[in-house]
Amino acid sequence: MRTLTAALWLALALLAPTAGFAREAVPNAEDPVVEERMMALASELRCLVCQNQTLAASEASLAEDFRREIRDKIKEGMSDEEIVTFLVDRYGDFVRYRPPLRPATVLLWFGPVLLMGIGLVALVATLRRRRSLAEEPELSAEERKLAEKLLKGKDAT
Amino acid sequence: MKRYLPLIVFFGMVVFLGIGLTLDPRKIPSPLVNKPAPDFNLRQLHQPDAEPVSLESMRGQVWLLNVWASWCVSCRAEHPLLVELSKTGEVPIYGLNYKDEDEAAKTWLRQWGNPYTASVVDADGRVGIDFGVYGVPETFLIDREGVIRYKQIGPFTRADLFDKMMPLVRQLQSGTAGEGA
Repeated sequence: MRTLTAALWLALALLAPTAGFAREAVPNAEDPVVEERMMALASELRCLVCQNQTLAASEASLAEDFRREIRDKIKEGMSDEEIVTFLVDRYGDFVRYRPPLRPATVLLWFGPVLLMGIGLVALVATLRRRRSLAEEPELSAEERKLAEKLLKGKDAT
Repeated sequence: MKRYLPLIVFFGMVVFLGIGLTLDPRKIPSPLVNKPAPDFNLRQLHQPDAEPVSLESMRGQVWLLNVWASWCVSCRAEHPLLVELSKTGEVPIYGLNYKDEDEAAKTWLRQWGNPYTASVVDADGRVGIDFGVYGVPETFLIDREGVIRYKQIGPFTRADLFDKMMPLVRQLQSGTAGEGA
């Protein structure tokens, strides 16, 4: 009898954590498809309150509102592109983590490539110069003789 | 010349970083300036049964829409300036009570003074999103045709309000007044 009670307690104790997990999943279960699309979109968009976080990661109340807005728009049948346009129209390109290619963002997009190009050119130039410096120095006949004498002398001792 | 190259690069960086220091990353230029204000239709804070205020109902006047909330600390900072402005009667100020509780909002106005011709209630922040609001306070200057002409992000300073925005208000008021007469 005692072992049975103990076994029951053990079973309960083992089940307890799973019960906890089950409860956590509830909010997302409302409409998993909408939720998934919303989170995918939200992770491409910037939270404007805590600017280095995505809408998906932010706990700010504005981010919560944005997620609600995106969810509603998905339910209304808007495409992802339309939803992003809706937010860009109101908040500007800054809400997007991937800025679009425009005249104002050309430097942003190609600046790194340009910098790398400059770096490569500088690297090649430096290496070339070094190689010419590292080439064996010419010794005059006299110097060579002196060097050999020194080497031999060292061997002898 | 070659010797000074690192120095030149260094000073170039100093200049750019120095400019960067003077910029406020929190101030994001609004794409809504010089665009028609989004339409809204909201109940009034003090007269919930009265006719809701809409963009259409504001047409024909130059007005300010000040986004505020009783929980907003910086709203307190700019509030005396708004009260001061409202006393001059130069331009009507409408409040957008953003994500607030009616009772808390009314108490706040009783306590600190009410500069608003009327406050409208945006309890869930949807109209706020339409206006591109991301921090309170924010203020929009809207002209007779319902076009946003200026947006103040964050609390007004005296200079922002009286030296920067008010001249624009007067210009807008006199501009269309001349045509109307």
